[in-house]
Amino acid sequence: MSVLIDQKTRVVVQGLTGREGGFHAEQMIAYGTKVVAGVTPGKGGTKHLNVPVFNTVAHAVKETGADASVIFVPPPFAADAILEAIDSRLPLVVCITEGIPTLDMVRVAAELRASNTRLIGPNCPGLISPGKCKIGIMPGHIHKAGNVGLVSRSGTLTYEAVDQLTRLGIGQSTCIGIGGDPIIGTSFLDAIKMFNDDADTHAIVMIGEIGGNAEEVAAEFIKAHVKKPVVGFVAGQTAPPGRRMGHAGAIISGGQGTAKTKYAAMEAAGIHTVQSPAEIGHTMEAVLGKAAQR
Amino acid sequence: MKIHEYQAKAILAKFGVPTPRGQVVFKKEDARAAAQKLGTPVVVVKAQIHAGGRGKAGGVKLARSAEQASELAGQILGMKLVTPQTGTEGRIVHRLLIEEGLDIKRELYLSILVDRAAEAPVFMASAAGGMEIEEVAKEHPEAILRETIHPATGLQAYQVRKLAFGLGLAPEIVNVAVPFFQSLYRAFVETDASLLEINPCVVTGDGRLVALDAKMVFDDNALARHPEIAAMRDLDEETPLEVEASKYKLNYIKLDGNVACMVNGAGLAMATMDIIKLSGGSPANFLDVGGGASAEQVKNAFKILLGDPNVSAVFINIFGGILRCDVLATGVVNAAHDLKIKVPVVVRMEGTNVEKGKEILKTSGLNFTVAAGMKDGAERVVQLAGGLR
Repeated sequence: MSVLIDQKTRVVVQGLTGREGGFHAEQMIAYGTKVVAGVTPGKGGTKHLNVPVFNTVAHAVKETGADASVIFVPPPFAADAILEAIDSRLPLVVCITEGIPTLDMVRVAAELRASNTRLIGPNCPGLISPGKCKIGIMPGHIHKAGNVGLVSRSGTLTYEAVDQLTRLGIGQSTCIGIGGDPIIGTSFLDAIKMFNDDADTHAIVMIGEIGGNAEEVAAEFIKAHVKKPVVGFVAGQTAPPGRRMGHAGAIISGGQGTAKTKYAAMEAAGIHTVQSPAEIGHTMEAVLGKAAQR
Repeated sequence: MKIHEYQAKAILAKFGVPTPRGQVVFKKEDARAAAQKLGTPVVVVKAQIHAGGRGKAGGVKLARSAEQASELAGQILGMKLVTPQTGTEGRIVHRLLIEEGLDIKRELYLSILVDRAAEAPVFMASAAGGMEIEEVAKEHPEAILRETIHPATGLQAYQVRKLAFGLGLAPEIVNVAVPFFQSLYRAFVETDASLLEINPCVVTGDGRLVALDAKMVFDDNALARHPEIAAMRDLDEETPLEVEASKYKLNYIKLDGNVACMVNGAGLAMATMDIIKLSGGSPANFLDVGGGASAEQVKNAFKILLGDPNVSAVFINIFGGILRCDVLATGVVNAAHDLKIKVPVVVRMEGTNVEKGKEILKTSGLNFTVAAGMKDGAERVVQLAGGLR
């Protein structure tokens, strides 16, 4: 099993005919993802990559039975694209777009929380259930099917961690990139809850970074409810305060959101913390080894 | 993006927020005329830099005559202000705000920012105006009043009344506060601000509310739809190398160390800085070349990194995935060749055609070290940069 997506997931690509959308849709199809529709306003009725294109998400869903959307729409139009997907009652929406204005996301969040849609991202690599389905831009080949759930605010750092796991023969149930923005659809807490409830996820990797307090909130929950082993890393131990480290959400402000406080919360929750980003895989190997001996 | 106080006040005035009368000046001579024009018994001469704590650092002075205003302007212009927010290098004052003095009865703290947990703007108010809000938050968190604002309805009058009565304002001042606070919220939303802070907002002797200071920070992701605000950017307030990097759309932040790093992706870039530190070195910068790491961007990144005289070695850490390492390696070699790079460069890369890429680096005849992984790369680059520090 896996969380959120599997071989049955039917995907509509918003922005299929764009450069990014087209490129990554092709990669997703090659991985085995069922890409059933594309949406580009004005190009309805055509085909792209042999996939039917529609003018609206509602029409695409009606015609193809899509149950997930992935958004590759430029930042000024991305919030509208997310709202359109929510309006079409899609259970899962993945927004890859980086650079959406924060106040646009405030309005999206208000609609999102009143709906049944789960949003992953924005500003994220997407998610993958290895061997089953990939919705996003991550390189599929570094993944391996297995029982470790991974959740991260980063893109390439997630690939780094996945690569370490796979090289050690440790497969993944689902890897979720939740995104580097201050307002995101799915938090660490949401992802950890899903992994905790998934019978085929035996252990969890959590890769946080400076800014906000989502890691601390998830750590509280882990302390109280999660029996599965969790390995945790926080990027930005050397980041100066008051500066945005690339991601819009990665900023230490007013002494809040430091790596130090996040590590402290993780350690207090019994999470196996890792100081070096090169040790994520080995630490999980050791943790799983101990778990197997028990 | 940050702007100056006088610019923030001009924006607020457009939204109907009362601000003191005043004028920005760039020269000592203009300060006298500005003070004369104001005609108040007291004028305030305020240094305009993108940092708080100006008063304590000597950047804000009262003048009792136009003559004195001119004198003070002469002293403050060109002065280097060092405040807790500027770092030790401080900031040179290039602009002054000459403002009317007011009869101040009370000082309040007001701010609006986006609360990440609530996923909505929050209006914060405290009776401890003029104090650093972080201090108040630490010592007396209960003294900070908060109202979360629903984006669909905006800041409602009852919410302002809750805040204003909570601050202990008299009923007639509360009536003034309603339009005042609502105008602040409109300014915040309509300019895509990420922070709007009025510290202090003052109650005057004649029963008015006035924004005595104003700080606005804007969401970089929304600047494209506010060209008039983007035009307010003051490059004098930014680190020259960071200004240069922003021209290439590179995400670069200068730090104090000597190991430069070039990484694709913000999270991995932060993690790379961390592992350099763990390996005993000190990172010279944060630099994200973007997920694709194109040859063009690699070259631009090299230019920026080598513009920092402290750099004694470079660590390139690229996790490409679907990126072709042979193309990347060729780009790195060409850039290093064109720019005549002297410092040692350690390259760690993952992606397709990685063996071919490594071969290109090894046979280039340039000073490259090919690392086996992130840890190996970090250890090697720290050693090449002069060992443990």
